[in-house]
Amino acid sequence: MELYVTEISKYVIDAFMLIYCIEAFMTFRFKTEKKRRGIYIRQIICMFVVQISCFIQIIARTGKPVYLFFFAFQIVIFASVLMLFYVIYPEGNRLIINNACLLLMIGLIIITRISYDKAVKQFFIITASFIIGFFIPEIIFRFDFLKKFTWFYAALGVVAIGAVLVYGAATNGSKITFTLAGITFQPSEAVKVLFLFFMAGALVEAKELWQLFLASVAAAAHVMILVLSRDLGSALIFFVIYLALIYISTDNIWYLLLGLAMGGFASIVAYKLFSHIRVRVHAWLDPFGDIASSGYQLSQSLFGISSGGWFGLGLYGGSPTSIPYVEQDFIFSAIAEELGVIFAVTMALIIVSSFFMIMYEGYFIRDRYYRLVVCGIGVAYIFQSFLTIGGGSKFIPLTGVTLPLVSYGGTSVLVTIVMIMVVEGVCLIRTDERFEAMQRRRAQLEAKKAERQARNRNDDYERNYGRRED
Amino acid sequence: MAEEKIKKKKKIRSYPILILSGFYAAIFAVMLIYISAYSYNNRQVLMDNSYNTRQQILLNQNSRGRILSRSGDVLAYSEASSDGKETRVYPYGKEFAHVVGYSTNGKAGIEALANYYLINTSIDLSEKVAFDTKGSKYPGDYCVTTLDVNLQEVAYNALSARKGAIVVSNPKTGEILAMVSKPDFDPGTIQQEWDSLIADKSPDAKLLNRVTQGLYPPGSTFKIVTSLAYIKEHPQDYNNYRFTCSGKFSYDGENISCYHGENHGSVDFIKSFAESCNSSYANIGLSISRDTFADTLDQLMFNEELPIDLLYSKSSASVDDSTSTADVMQLSIGQGATAMSPIHLNMITCAIGNEGQLMKPYIISGIKSEDGKNVKSYSPENYKRLMTAYQADVLKAMMKEVVESGTASKLKGLSYTAAGKTGSAEFTDSTSDSHAWFTGFAPADDPEICVTIIVENAGSGGSFAVPIAKRIFDAYFGVE
Repeated sequence: MELYVTEISKYVIDAFMLIYCIEAFMTFRFKTEKKRRGIYIRQIICMFVVQISCFIQIIARTGKPVYLFFFAFQIVIFASVLMLFYVIYPEGNRLIINNACLLLMIGLIIITRISYDKAVKQFFIITASFIIGFFIPEIIFRFDFLKKFTWFYAALGVVAIGAVLVYGAATNGSKITFTLAGITFQPSEAVKVLFLFFMAGALVEAKELWQLFLASVAAAAHVMILVLSRDLGSALIFFVIYLALIYISTDNIWYLLLGLAMGGFASIVAYKLFSHIRVRVHAWLDPFGDIASSGYQLSQSLFGISSGGWFGLGLYGGSPTSIPYVEQDFIFSAIAEELGVIFAVTMALIIVSSFFMIMYEGYFIRDRYYRLVVCGIGVAYIFQSFLTIGGGSKFIPLTGVTLPLVSYGGTSVLVTIVMIMVVEGVCLIRTDERFEAMQRRRAQLEAKKAERQARNRNDDYERNYGRRED
Repeated sequence: MAEEKIKKKKKIRSYPILILSGFYAAIFAVMLIYISAYSYNNRQVLMDNSYNTRQQILLNQNSRGRILSRSGDVLAYSEASSDGKETRVYPYGKEFAHVVGYSTNGKAGIEALANYYLINTSIDLSEKVAFDTKGSKYPGDYCVTTLDVNLQEVAYNALSARKGAIVVSNPKTGEILAMVSKPDFDPGTIQQEWDSLIADKSPDAKLLNRVTQGLYPPGSTFKIVTSLAYIKEHPQDYNNYRFTCSGKFSYDGENISCYHGENHGSVDFIKSFAESCNSSYANIGLSISRDTFADTLDQLMFNEELPIDLLYSKSSASVDDSTSTADVMQLSIGQGATAMSPIHLNMITCAIGNEGQLMKPYIISGIKSEDGKNVKSYSPENYKRLMTAYQADVLKAMMKEVVESGTASKLKGLSYTAAGKTGSAEFTDSTSDSHAWFTGFAPADDPEICVTIIVENAGSGGSFAVPIAKRIFDAYFGVE
């Protein structure tokens, strides 16, 4: 019986994930949220079917009823988030919220399987993040003056990650986190948001080349500090955000190419300079060569990805815990192992659909400042996902960043939810812009209509009474 | 005016956003295809890695599959005791020790090659449920080999207490029918004996599969290679070769003498081969251009990877412009620094028997699930052409002559015709000790079976290896 449940649920899960994914890409066929409503409802159904099937699998395999309560809470929270969001922000983009909820659900399921305690912790962080997150769209929509603090954001960001560097150096390690009152906090994640706002402000204000240069210097300061803190993944993400925003704001591809060339040069220098980077590159080229030490993590991750096959070993069927830091850097491998390669690939495609939607919003907004912010968020999101999925599968060297929304990690979840809510805030602004544009057009049309009527009256008069002499 | 509005061109608002979106979509597409392909293609290799703990998960769930001979005799199976602990049983004991291998203390032989399939199961879901209700593990898929129990037993007994190696194969398919290496070990008790086996530093090297890992001086069997090089240079007129043997050949201060100083008198090319005249071959070797000789070695896979999956050692033989004449003379008769594994010599012999074409040797013919499904099957595969059909034909005729009038005359006048080459390889400076070699096939005109035998430190190939070949051929052709 248990066997039938776990085997059949594998196919159910994959089928509904695929439907969900296809629906996600179907949203781009329609221009307004109103026309996408049917898609969203079908997505929500798929989402809960996937979640409940996973729960059934977990309960069938473990036989522990305590999970039932935990799952009930999860369903309540996600259902309320989806409903409340629609009620409070009917103009917000629901695809991004749906995707975020699905990814968080998948994360919770796989973390539950890895460590129940961590899953409970993650669940509370998600709940708190949504409570905070719900205010953000309104704040973005209302407070235009947030755009004014450009250099303050940069200063705050540099101080925050600088403090980590100094603290890390003092404790003689590569610490990239603070623990305050039992809550571990990773400043580089939060500074990412500040950095986005800073870059947007600086680039919108930049009229002259020297202003662009100044912004570049500030961005370089961020990246350098992160490199020195050995937080390579974050350094790369900041650098990629910087490149993307400069390119979007100047519309000049030479800046992008110049930046890439400089980035390539810097990587070579870093490779020669830092032994820990060389170790990572060697582990990437041949993880099995030094499997006992530097290649261990990546080898285990590859064992995980390959052992699941297309449909996975089923939850609790594999051994994802043999991968060190599986719940953070290698969550994708754990998912591929137990839920299968099809599931993992579909999930990655859903991440891509979120990215497309964020860029789509950025493309259509007129406000230049928020266009940069939104596109920056999109690029940061997709690039971070790329780093972690590619790093764990030997596609690129390992950098050790989390998979946004799926991985375990308080700061990462909170910051990603905040960024998504910023995008939603911008959606409100865009709706407003469209409303204004429509009003303008209506006014224009009306003026024209009035003019035409006046002329018509004139024509009528002339037809009836002959040409009027002034 | 209304039409004018509709006609208004769609303006691209921002190229960078479109380009960035396209770029990331593209790298994701490449990455996801890479991940799917990588995980699919490397599943088996990664599962067999000893650092992969998932093997243990499978073993807790499935019992290790059986290994069968070509006709279905069980060569290895797992037996669960009452406390659920599994032991591996090898019904034929030491007979298949090296080829079937072992699965504890690391893995070797077929146990290592087929490990992935043996620990996985492909039985139907309903079958699994039946096993669940019984409370027993699922049976792992079983492996059918190409091994023939009868031939293996004959070979095993023929080698008796001597050290050495025997490999029997089918030259037309590449199937390995038997593989014996001695001294051996008992795979059933290897766990208990492991420490002493590992600690043993004597030349016994019981764990070593001498067929694939043993490197021996090929001695006169190497004259096959020297002959091939000569035929390449003299495709039509090799028959015009003449030499007068006085039991010893000297050139540039280096002396080569015939086995036990025998005086062969006037010999031609074929007679030199049939009687295994060292003096004549040293002379032939010197006449071959170094380039041709080196090309022949390359062509025959010396110093190269061999197409087999078992652990093996690379053979070594080399000649170039800097090689001294003394070394060339030694090489020509398979002495000196030349070293070869029995399986390699068997492959070359097979190719001669199969018109120059080498079939990839294989030992696993298929994987099946316990409820009868075919999981995987292996079929004969061309590996590469080692020589032209003409060259193979000439060599075959020469090998027939070895049986007819030469050193392997013990195979003459039987119900089948055999062809082959003997060797008595000296491995120390003292002249009395030599390894006895024989490599050959039967029936000579349409070979079905190819054997390669080495008996360490026995004496001449004709006296010690040829009789073993006869016993194996007799067993194969059903001669009492």
